[in-house]
Parts: sequence; structure tokens; C-alpha cells
Amino acid sequence: MKFAIMVNEGPYTHQATDSAYQFAKAAIAKGHEVTRVFFYHDGVNNGTRLTVPPQDDRHIVNRWSEIAAQHNIDLVICIAAAQRRGLLDDNEAKRQGKDASNIAPGFRISGLGQLVEAGIQSDRLVVFGD
Amino acid sequence: MSDDMDFEEGGAIKKFMFVNRKAPYGTIYALEGLEVVLISAAFDQDVSLAFVDDGVFQLVKGQKTDGVEMKNFSPTYRALEGYDIEKLYVERESMETRGLTEDDLLVDVQVMSAAEMGDMMAQQDVVISF
Amino acid sequence: MLHIVNKSPFDTGSLASVLRVAKKDGGAVLLIEDGVYAAVKNSATEASLKAAGMPVYVLQPDADARGLQSRLMDGVNMVDYGGFVDLVAGHDNVQSWL
Repeated sequence: MKFAIMVNEGPYTHQATDSAYQFAKAAIAKGHEVTRVFFYHDGVNNGTRLTVPPQDDRHIVNRWSEIAAQHNIDLVICIAAAQRRGLLDDNEAKRQGKDASNIAPGFRISGLGQLVEAGIQSDRLVVFGD
Repeated sequence: MSDDMDFEEGGAIKKFMFVNRKAPYGTIYALEGLEVVLISAAFDQDVSLAFVDDGVFQLVKGQKTDGVEMKNFSPTYRALEGYDIEKLYVERESMETRGLTEDDLLVDVQVMSAAEMGDMMAQQDVVISF
Repeated sequence: MLHIVNKSPFDTGSLASVLRVAKKDGGAVLLIEDGVYAAVKNSATEASLKAAGMPVYVLQPDADARGLQSRLMDGVNMVDYGGFVDLVAGHDNVQSWL
């Protein structure tokens, strides 16, 4: 089965992204495909490479990057939500005249249509949020 | 994976429901939820909006946001018709519990019982909640 | 439809809304994150879950994290993340009551 996942909260404050990650991992372990994870609202903050959690804690951002690389998952950050919250890739940083970008490996910034498309193309879309 | 992500031309139309259960302004969910709804219109799916619990407060007439310096996005609900999004469902008990009647709402909606709302939800392919 | 509740019933009305609105036929409730507190034995919500008219599942890792291993009511089904996946796959549709 093809799963798509939506994550609506940022890392560490809320468990939503942890639950989503564990769900994705379990789905893959069961032979399902996780096609796309769409990050919306404060969920876009899961995609900043500047995150530096304490050594003894999970690294939520890296964990997403790694599982995406291993299992070919499309990690999409909503552009409108990202711009509001200061999350930029190189192109956006240049376009907006900002002096830095901060998107983590494996993530890409795109439009809300990617969420609707994920709903159309997957067998199930599971939402994690507050 | 790239093949899998291609659009299925002429694929069946899916039933998308956006479930609004949060009040506006106190959090961003209602506003960013509405942004998804508008984008969904471009995908020619069977789109509906449900307003349950505090979500009915999104539709209250007379929202005036000058004092909080936030964007009053309530007129957008009236513009949905122009996007061919005409299925707006309000759960009666949520509305009445909050001291509201249909006359308090800024757009034409279909008011339905909890059981009818539950039936409507059960018929959906994709339910996105904010 | 699988209804996912992630809030404590002592904090928000999410669970109450599910129990009021959800279509019982073909429905199921999965409690995750703080939603698992609804299934605590002898709590004010135990009776409402018993009368849910739908199967109720509790995500074990979330219950364990919150010290609820031996404090859960009878009649709920424990699942791990794999069981969560099976529940989503096994129902025609899913809704998170955020």
C-alpha cells in the first residue's frame, strides 16, 4: 500500500513528528511504501539543518533525512508555511534576498498542491498534528 | 518511484474532506487550512468542508481584526463558491452549543446532525484535518 | 473509518466529538500520544469508551511512555506502531481529530 503522511507540528515541542516518523518506519518495515511526507504549519521546522539537539536526544531532522534517503521518500515542505517561518532553500533565499538558507538534506520546498497530489496518489493519507 | 509519482491520467475523482475544528486567529490552523482548500480546487476533486466544534467560529459574521492587526480571512469563505467549492457542512450540535444559529454564519452552509456528519465523513477517500 | 485521537480527554473534547459524530458501523478509535489517557482504568472517561460502540485501540508505546502499562481499562486493544499501520491499511479511510 502507498502511504502519504502530513506533519503539522514542529520538532521537540509536540510529539506529532515523532509519531509520524515511527509510523513511517513501521509502514516500511511491513513492506508498504511511504511516498511523501508533507510538512505544513509549524511542521516546516522539521526541515531546518541548523537544528542541534543535545547528544543524548534523538535528532529529529537527521532522522527524516536518513529515512528519506534510504527509502526514497519525498520530503516536501510547504513554501507558504516555510516563508512565514523562515525556512529557505538556496533558490528561495536568493529570490527573497536573504543571506542564508537552512533546508536540511532530503527536504525540498514546494507548493500546497503537493499535499493534494499526495492525497490523490496514495492509498492513505495520515495526518499528524496538534 | 518516479513512475509511481506520475499523475494517473483520467484517474477516478477522490472525495476530499477538510475538517475544521479550530477557531480562527488564536492559532493559524484555520487560515492555513483555508489555503489548502483553495489549492485543492485546482485538482478537480470532490471537495467538501466540515465545520465541527470550534471550527464553526470560523464562519461567524462580523469578524473585525483591525485591533489585533491580523488578516481578516473570513471573506474567503464566501469566495469558495467561485472555486466551485460549494459543499460546506456544519454540525448542528457544535453550532448550537456555541450559541449560534445559521443566521450568525457568513456563508450558506448545510447544517446537519452528528450522525449525518459521521456518515459524510465515512464516505470520504481523504480527510485532512487542521 | 479509523478515528485517531491524540489529545487527553481531560484537556479537550476531541474524544467526545469522535464518540458523538463518528459512524459506528465500520468505525474504530485509535488513541495515540496524550489520547491514551482516555483509557485509564477508573477514570471519568472509562464508561464513555466502554459505550463507544466501536473497537478501541491504544498505542502501546505511548501508554508505556506515560506509565500506564498496568493502569489501562479492560476491553481496549493494545497495538504497536506496526499495529497502527495495520489499522490504517485495514480501514477504508482515516481521520485524525486534531
